[in-house]
Amino acid sequence: MSAESNTVLSAQGLVMKFGGITATNNVTLNLHKGARHALIGPNGAGKTTLINLLTGVLQPTEGKIILEGQDITQLAPHQRVRRGMVRTFQINQLFDTLTPLETLAMVVSQHRGLGGKWWQALGARADVNARCEQLLEQFHLTSVMGQETRVLAYGKRRLLEIAIALACEPRVLLLDEPVAGVPAGEREELLQTVAALPADVSILLIEHDMDLVFSFAKRMTVLVNGTVLTEGDPDQIANDPQVKAVYLGHEVPQASTGAQHG
Amino acid sequence: MSASKLHAAGVLQGGRWRWWEVVLWAAALASPWALSSHSLIINEIAILALFALSLDLILGYTGIVSLGHAAFFGMGAYAAALFSKLVMPDPLVGLMVGIACATVLGAICSVTILRGTDLTRLMVTLGVGLILMELANKLDWLTGGADGLQGVVMGPLLGRYEFDLQGQTAAWYSLTILLVLFILAKRFVNSPFGATLKAIRDNRLRAMAIGIPVSQRLSVVYTVAAGAAGAAGALLSQTTGFASLDLFEFHRSADVMLVLVIGGTGWLYGGVAGALVFKLMQDTISAITPQYWTFWIGLFLVVLVLVGRERLVRPWTWFGLGKSSNKGGKV
Repeated sequence: MSAESNTVLSAQGLVMKFGGITATNNVTLNLHKGARHALIGPNGAGKTTLINLLTGVLQPTEGKIILEGQDITQLAPHQRVRRGMVRTFQINQLFDTLTPLETLAMVVSQHRGLGGKWWQALGARADVNARCEQLLEQFHLTSVMGQETRVLAYGKRRLLEIAIALACEPRVLLLDEPVAGVPAGEREELLQTVAALPADVSILLIEHDMDLVFSFAKRMTVLVNGTVLTEGDPDQIANDPQVKAVYLGHEVPQASTGAQHG
Repeated sequence: MSASKLHAAGVLQGGRWRWWEVVLWAAALASPWALSSHSLIINEIAILALFALSLDLILGYTGIVSLGHAAFFGMGAYAAALFSKLVMPDPLVGLMVGIACATVLGAICSVTILRGTDLTRLMVTLGVGLILMELANKLDWLTGGADGLQGVVMGPLLGRYEFDLQGQTAAWYSLTILLVLFILAKRFVNSPFGATLKAIRDNRLRAMAIGIPVSQRLSVVYTVAAGAAGAAGALLSQTTGFASLDLFEFHRSADVMLVLVIGGTGWLYGGVAGALVFKLMQDTISAITPQYWTFWIGLFLVVLVLVGRERLVRPWTWFGLGKSSNKGGKV
């Protein structure tokens, strides 16, 4: 039972049907406290649908989602964020006319219950500013904090994408392909930042980049055709014949370049 | 680290007042005295600027397009005029009543703009404006119908300053209310609340994903903007002593959007600058060619959009820069 009490996020028997198509079929997934859990699978396996179910963008046809012991299946997306589950997006979803500093100050203020305050200036609270400083530092954004987000280099935008999520002080963080499309020169900075995310945050990583997956994850779930094919630690997954078959003979641990966008 | 902390706080001070703003407002408040023979148009400019400011809150800062903003303008105007006619003639109390009625109407109408796309929202706001106009027309026992509401007599401002025929008191009154609401609006848009509005404008999906209650924010800003538009309407009916169906007309909603396009959205001064340019152009051109002044306004708009506001106000960039990129102004 110790494993049970250690579970932060639990998806139980999730089913999602779009008309006649079953995109998610009886998926059960448990995320432990401080987890580094990767969700992998070929395109069309239902990874994005699963993320949308977890974050509340979609309502499951069947099944339950439990966050820290409470059933959140019926909650709206922004309510789930307030309970500590935050996601990033595969395609950057940023606030283009705000600067990184304004963006983070806005997010931190909102998260600390100041979002409804209209008589205070955005930069008036020292504790909010201090947190923004930390985040800018942590995500290598201090040098560009005063520039409009739309003019930033792609790597910086990718970092801001994750910084926004972390500014919400999540207990569960869903990272949707954090290094997708990042040019080689900016990759290392991003990989280091992802590796250095706070240990007490439980992370579910959705990723095609097998280098990142195998260096990051302590546990992995393989999704195929909307169903969980198998779950295990990286060694088990790497040597699982079924998984190898799914990846069409790619040697999974080494398939760093071929599977990146596959 | 402490130096950079100060830096972050400094970079975020969007709400600070700059010297040119103080000069601008001082000049505006002095204008009814310095240009006393032009007090009437100064009053009109101040009212239009306030109306455009209220539209900027929803259009410029939140990204809600509206072609029915005149509904709140008209509501404020009729409420203030009726109040002074039926209850008491004090202008400030009447103004409060005008703002309150427009705010309530805005709160009710805000449910209509929460869903749908920009186009459906445009149609809904347009429809609400038309409904209000027809209501004012049908309730002629109260509003005077198509003849307008006659015989609105204002008491003296603060019990001391009578409204004069030249319009000086009126101009000061409108300018002061504009300034007060401008200061409030400035605080509003530079607050955490205002930042979440900009976030919704830039990316509604992500705004939701970081926990901003988007619908609630949209309702609040729409209601606030309606109240400010109501203030502008109340000022107009109070200072002209008249309210007519024309206040609800579609062209009023369209004009105020033009004003904002001329001045630029999303920086509060867009409404002020736009109102100044629009009214002065209207006044000058219609004095020369009363029938065809809209032609010149139209031509000006086309040039403005094609050339871009940035370049239009910098004549020294017009020549010899053929190779520079075509940088249009943000509309």
